[in-house]
Amino acid sequence: MKKKILIVDDEPNIVMSLEYAFKKKAYEVFIARDGTEALEIAGEQLPHVILLDIMMPKLDGYATLKELRKNKALHRTKVIFLSAKSKLADIEKGLQLGADSYITKPFSIKKVLTDVDKMIA
Amino acid sequence: MNNYLLIVIIVAYLAFLFFLAYWAEKQKGRKLVNNPYVYVLSLAIYCTAWTYYGSVGSASHSGISFLAIYLGPVIALPLWIVVMRKIIRISKQHKISSIADFVSLRYGNNRPLGALVTLTCLLGIIPYISLQLKAVSETFALVANETSYVDMGVFGDSTFYIALLIAIFVAFFGTQSTDASKGKRGIMATIALESILKLVFFLVIGIFVVYILFDGTTDLYQKAVSTPNFQELSSFGGLENGFNWMFTICLSFFAIFLLPRQFHVAVVENQDIDHLKKAIWLFPLYLLLFNIFVIFIAWAGNLSLPADVNNDYYTLLLPLQQGHTTLALMVFMGGFSAVISMIVVSTLALSTMVSNNIIIPYGFIKKLVEGNPHENAKSIKSIRRIAIFLLIIVAYFFYERFSNQLSLYSIGLVAFVIIAQLAPSFFLGLFWRRGTAKAAKAGITIGLLIVVYTLLVPIVVNALSTSSTFVEKGLFGYEWLRPSQLFGLDYLTPESNAFLWSLSFNSLTFIGFSLVAKGNYRERNYAEMFVHHENYENLQEGAFVWKGEAYVDDIKRLLNRFLGEQRTLRALTIFNRKYNISEAEEKADSRLINFSEKLLTGTIGSASAKILLASVSKEKPISLVEVLNILEENKETKANNKLLFEKSKELSQMALKLQMANEELLQQDKLKDEFLDTVAHELKTPITSIKAASEILEDEDMPVLLRQQFLENISKDTDRLAKLINNILDLEKLSSDRTELNIETRSINSTVKKAIQGVERIAMQRGAKVDFRESDYLQGMYDEDRILQVLTNLLSNALKFTEKEKGIIRIVIAEEENDIAIAVEDNGRGIPEEDHNYIFEKFYQSKNQNTKKPQGSGFGLAICKRIVERHQGSIWADREFQKGARLVFTLPKSA
Repeated sequence: MKKKILIVDDEPNIVMSLEYAFKKKAYEVFIARDGTEALEIAGEQLPHVILLDIMMPKLDGYATLKELRKNKALHRTKVIFLSAKSKLADIEKGLQLGADSYITKPFSIKKVLTDVDKMIA
Repeated sequence: MNNYLLIVIIVAYLAFLFFLAYWAEKQKGRKLVNNPYVYVLSLAIYCTAWTYYGSVGSASHSGISFLAIYLGPVIALPLWIVVMRKIIRISKQHKISSIADFVSLRYGNNRPLGALVTLTCLLGIIPYISLQLKAVSETFALVANETSYVDMGVFGDSTFYIALLIAIFVAFFGTQSTDASKGKRGIMATIALESILKLVFFLVIGIFVVYILFDGTTDLYQKAVSTPNFQELSSFGGLENGFNWMFTICLSFFAIFLLPRQFHVAVVENQDIDHLKKAIWLFPLYLLLFNIFVIFIAWAGNLSLPADVNNDYYTLLLPLQQGHTTLALMVFMGGFSAVISMIVVSTLALSTMVSNNIIIPYGFIKKLVEGNPHENAKSIKSIRRIAIFLLIIVAYFFYERFSNQLSLYSIGLVAFVIIAQLAPSFFLGLFWRRGTAKAAKAGITIGLLIVVYTLLVPIVVNALSTSSTFVEKGLFGYEWLRPSQLFGLDYLTPESNAFLWSLSFNSLTFIGFSLVAKGNYRERNYAEMFVHHENYENLQEGAFVWKGEAYVDDIKRLLNRFLGEQRTLRALTIFNRKYNISEAEEKADSRLINFSEKLLTGTIGSASAKILLASVSKEKPISLVEVLNILEENKETKANNKLLFEKSKELSQMALKLQMANEELLQQDKLKDEFLDTVAHELKTPITSIKAASEILEDEDMPVLLRQQFLENISKDTDRLAKLINNILDLEKLSSDRTELNIETRSINSTVKKAIQGVERIAMQRGAKVDFRESDYLQGMYDEDRILQVLTNLLSNALKFTEKEKGIIRIVIAEEENDIAIAVEDNGRGIPEEDHNYIFEKFYQSKNQNTKKPQGSGFGLAICKRIVERHQGSIWADREFQKGARLVFTLPKSA
């Protein structure tokens, strides 16, 4: 069974690189451009991993995570924040909300790939 | 009425007063006793039996002249707000307990002067008290219907017992505290009640006489007109009588200040200086009410009673004639109330004066110095109690011997004339620094001698024998020395005559003596303190009036004797704490001396206090120059304090400003942080994209088309990065005013057209319509490149916020007085209400920090704002505009 990954970011160029990299690794990739869209797709697809940006229109990453955690069907889904917010306070806040990992932008695609692999191995 | 029943009623009434006094004494600090109405009612002891009975008597045979006695106070009362305020302030400051204390302290705490004032008061007031007793006795007889007067001696006379009961009452409630300057709540409460009773009962009898015995005032007037001497009784009686009026008004004017009982209730018992404000209109009102019916009752009495009755008692005789015994009893009780309150306060005031100004300083001082505190307090109280009994007994015997020959009205006036002798030293002393003790003593003595000669001697002579050549023909047969027509003035009443001459000589002597020789340093210092009392209220214990050497221990021992160890210790602790003086201090300074003197003054009077302190200290003369220096220093300290106060106020204001500035800086700092965060975020986004793309490009298997796409992304993100950096730099440059503006006269129409051209391509892509109505040919003064930047920014924002294919953007130009206003409107989603105030803020980001705004909006508007402001224009978002967003900016018109 293919691993499912949901990429949530409003920057198409970033999404494009991530999509290419994960598809190459044989993931089934889903894309959302904001928080609300992410919740919709996650509910339908029950992905194994969600890469979540924080600064997004409509619903931000923190709020999206909170909503995700309410859905019991998603309790095994790993969530990784992918954000340009690099202050310690931001990272702590993200982890406290229940994210499994926090990667700051700019990131290395290779590192994201290995982290995700490890997490769902 | 049965006289035993009457006695029972009187005793019951007195018992009730005892109870009331006892109860009120317990109400410490309650509003009930300490309020302006009780104060006003206590002033009403001015209305004695003289008013209650004597006014009617006087009105029945002399017409309206009785009114003069009430006009004086009515004229004096408005002055109280200034004069009485001053007197009360000084008295409270020095713990003064009587008028004798007041006068003697003013003249340097002069012991003989205090005694002289006391004697003057005794001379005036004892006969006055006798008269009150006479009124009780005679009205008692009338009500009890003792038709035949049987002399049963002193012990068979009910008046004697009543006098004794009053003495016990005063002795008990008047000496509760050894400090005579302390208020006597119990007594004041009973006085207030009595003042209400006497007024109410007098009004009741007035209404009875006018409306029941007669058919209203008109009826009474018409009947009275027919009496033989009516015309004479209802007029002022020409110029000569005019003088009598004037003198009587003057007399009563002085009396309201100087009568010991008035001084006592108005000054010593004053609890709050603000009570004066009520007194100055309520007390005249009281007097007015009291006098409304007097003349009518007098007419009624003249009309319906036989000619041989005592006119003074019309108020009793009228109801008795009609058989209204209860009403007569009410009138009697009203008069009795007037009598008791007068006697109580008079003896209270006089006994304090006698003990503090005569008995203690001239007899007991040595004994007191040796005694222990408990015994001293007891002896002081005993002295006062004995004085109270002595006064009432003397008054009683005076009544027994002399009063048959005199009317209430005339003895009242004699008392006033005697008391008026204090006026020059009292009033001039308050306002004239020059007055001296010697002058005061000489003035009062001369005045008294003239009163004795012109008024008392004729009265006594007339009382003892039927005729006297001396009174009728003058001393040694000189006509101009006739006592009642001194220096040939023959149209004045005896009282006016005595008043005129005694007071004239008294005043002249006082002024003359004062001008001839200055007083000693002590007199001058106290004069200064009384006349300019407001300067000294803040001085520490009036510190400057004493200079010399004394030891704290001696003073402590002295205070112990009179106050007891506990009170002394408490007082000294407070004193030390107040002035920050060490307990170990051996030498006493002037503040302690003055403080102690004041403490003792309340207990034993100022004269004795001075003697006592002199006994434990070596006083050195202090000159007025020194006094004035100290005053000057005090003023300087005050000025310095004021300066300091102002400075500290300034400082705290400055601190506040600094704090505000600091907060603003912090806010700026916070905004700057946020700005940097935003900048960082904005920069990181394209960098992330570039980095990710370049990593992906390492994959050699990537299809060519995709590879090209990634390369293109990298190039676009690099542009975005460059643009961002330029924006940031631009904003910073504009903010710090480093960029020069290239301002020229330009056509606004053409600038707008250029801007529209610049966004034409994007507009086409989004299918938006840009509508520009060219206005009249308008020229502005601006840097065209910069304004193009503003317009482009506003237009791209408008395009960004409108829906695809539906956007309509309109540019409207309006000419104003000095400016051109350019508005860019769109039909997009508009600006959220909460963002209106902030969209132009340099560092502002929407409230929700994590929700990204459409790209570029972070700096664009901030840059626009800076550019417009650099052109002296302003930029704002129009809140009224509902269809979308409407941003307006102004530019200066070309001249």
